[in-house]
Amino acid sequence: MKIIAVCGMGIGTSVLLKMNAEKVLDMLGISAEVQAADISKAKLDGPTADIILTTPELVYQLESMPGRIVAIEHVFDLVEIREKLSAALS
Amino acid sequence: MSGLLNQALAEGSITLKAKANGWKQAIELAGVGLVASGRCTSEYTQAMIQAFEELGPYMVIAPGIALAHARPSAEVLSTGLSLVTLSESVHFGNTTNDPVSLVIGLAATDHDGHIDLMASLSELLMDVMKVNMLLQATNLEEVRTLFS
Repeated sequence: MKIIAVCGMGIGTSVLLKMNAEKVLDMLGISAEVQAADISKAKLDGPTADIILTTPELVYQLESMPGRIVAIEHVFDLVEIREKLSAALS
Repeated sequence: MSGLLNQALAEGSITLKAKANGWKQAIELAGVGLVASGRCTSEYTQAMIQAFEELGPYMVIAPGIALAHARPSAEVLSTGLSLVTLSESVHFGNTTNDPVSLVIGLAATDHDGHIDLMASLSELLMDVMKVNMLLQATNLEEVRTLFS
């Protein structure tokens, strides 16, 4: 399982998304590699990712990627992340 | 862990109960804090505004909270944060998380040197009670206590 967390700069939101996704995956007992990236890096390295984790405003920039897009509105809300990740994984 | 936030928010980086006339001024205030605490040049502030204009309001990462930042560049002198609380909340154009009353400015020298700091920041901002206390704080001592 490969997950890529994407934001505009690759240093803020994507890092937060990565950390909180790792917490949730841990809770769910799922082992996955989670990477943080900016949009251009995601397009380069991302085609092999199963899941693309991002925020709603950036979804349109990533729609060409083959992985499943999961948009998180509130990056600190572990419940939202857990619900959306579980749905994407099932 | 918590010491990291106190270090990252160096002297001059915190502005409480500020007035901002729109998102641009709110980001500028975060930039002023970063510049005043020696984290970056004023060009970085302009880069944060430009990033917002290009990529849109995704930087509003949680209800009421914006994380203003641009790419690591030569304009960043050292990795750190700034913090601005707004006396009146401001619309950033985010559909779910507007209006914003807390702006965190982030300057990073590279892509992975600030991961531990982001973990501490995440821990703080996840705590709704602490965020509310932060928003109501009127002096630096109150704010610093929340980090420890």
